[in-house]
Amino acid sequence: MNNVKMTVNGKAVSRDVPDTTLLSEFLREDLRLTGTHVGCDTSQCGACVVHVDGRAVKSCTTLAASLDGADVTTIEGIANGGDLHPMQAAFNTHHGLQCGFCTPGMIMSGIDMVNRFQADGKDLTEEAIREELEGNICRCTGYHNIVKAIEDAAGTMADMAKAAE
Amino acid sequence: MYETKYHKAASVQDAVAALSGASEGAVLAGGQTLLPTMKQHLASPSDLVDVRGIAGMQGVTVGDGTITIGAATRHADVAGNADVKAHIPGLAALAGGIGDPAVRSMGTIGGSVANNDPAADYPAAVLGLGATVVTDRREIAADDFFEGMFSTALDDGEIITAIRFPVPTRAAYAKFPNPASRYAMVGVFVAETGGNVRVAVTGAGEDGVFRHDGMESALASDFSVASAAGATTSQEGVLNDMHASAAYRAHLVNVMAERAVSKAG
Repeated sequence: MNNVKMTVNGKAVSRDVPDTTLLSEFLREDLRLTGTHVGCDTSQCGACVVHVDGRAVKSCTTLAASLDGADVTTIEGIANGGDLHPMQAAFNTHHGLQCGFCTPGMIMSGIDMVNRFQADGKDLTEEAIREELEGNICRCTGYHNIVKAIEDAAGTMADMAKAAE
Repeated sequence: MYETKYHKAASVQDAVAALSGASEGAVLAGGQTLLPTMKQHLASPSDLVDVRGIAGMQGVTVGDGTITIGAATRHADVAGNADVKAHIPGLAALAGGIGDPAVRSMGTIGGSVANNDPAADYPAAVLGLGATVVTDRREIAADDFFEGMFSTALDDGEIITAIRFPVPTRAAYAKFPNPASRYAMVGVFVAETGGNVRVAVTGAGEDGVFRHDGMESALASDFSVASAAGATTSQEGVLNDMHASAAYRAHLVNVMAERAVSKAG
């Protein structure tokens, strides 16, 4: 057992976790944050993507014990009260989902790629989005609308970043 | 996964002590291969020694004609590092093409090199650039480091602390990724350093990464796409599996070498 203290979606949490507990299990089973999905459990599908210290990672391929002191954000932590995050709103507008199972990972990866490209001052083109989605699989194959949603949200997030300056 | 004991090492000495005290210890350097392997019960280390918290094993240092990368530096950080991009852009591009973005934000250079997966990208850069693998106890030349599929010159309990790359005159990497796994079906790293040409091939060899002598001679006399195309690649010792035949992989070696030479300029 390891005592792990983390900040999850802005709240401090402290739990004793076995050495083998994955972050995905910790979030879903200990914290009951079941928005993070486990699709393949073999690091391929990206349904389990969350942000750890500002970076998108596969929570099924990360040990909870290794994250003492980490700041974790899940799909439950991105909306501002009743206001959806622009990435969530864009997935809604563009119907960027069919069955919805991959959506939490798609949205967390989408936010991460927009943040990274904006930080580097690079244009997030449609081609770049498709390349960046390499680790997120949609088995309904709804990629066209997912790409459109991320492209749209990138614009909204850029406008919001400018307005905040 | 089977039971294991997690340790967070604060220093290299700490990590070495934890490994030597374990019945079957393993270094947790990023876990992007090790954890899936443990989940499939293909590995069952008694102890996991996490080296990511060791300050001296992070980041990039520029030396006299060298770039040294701490073993616990993540792929995304190598890909985005200004010094790596300025001095060995082919290495930054290689790091930026490993796996997918989430894997690149966890996986580390030391983990990849120590694992020596026959289809991993980094071994091609380490061997192609003629880098030096720095461990807690010695320095190992790339030519002596890779000893076959998933096998290296590392002793039990020996930890890679950094990789030191000589800055080349020109270098580049091209890979044909397996469409499902994104591992290299074939990846070729070409480098010219001080008039000396090295060519390392990953993904194709039954014994893991290897140097392509014929291609090196061809490029040493004329560093051109035509030379890369004209070099002979033997099918002997080339992997033949469900993903690609030996003949297809051998052909890809030349095609990837042409692309790498073209990128290297």
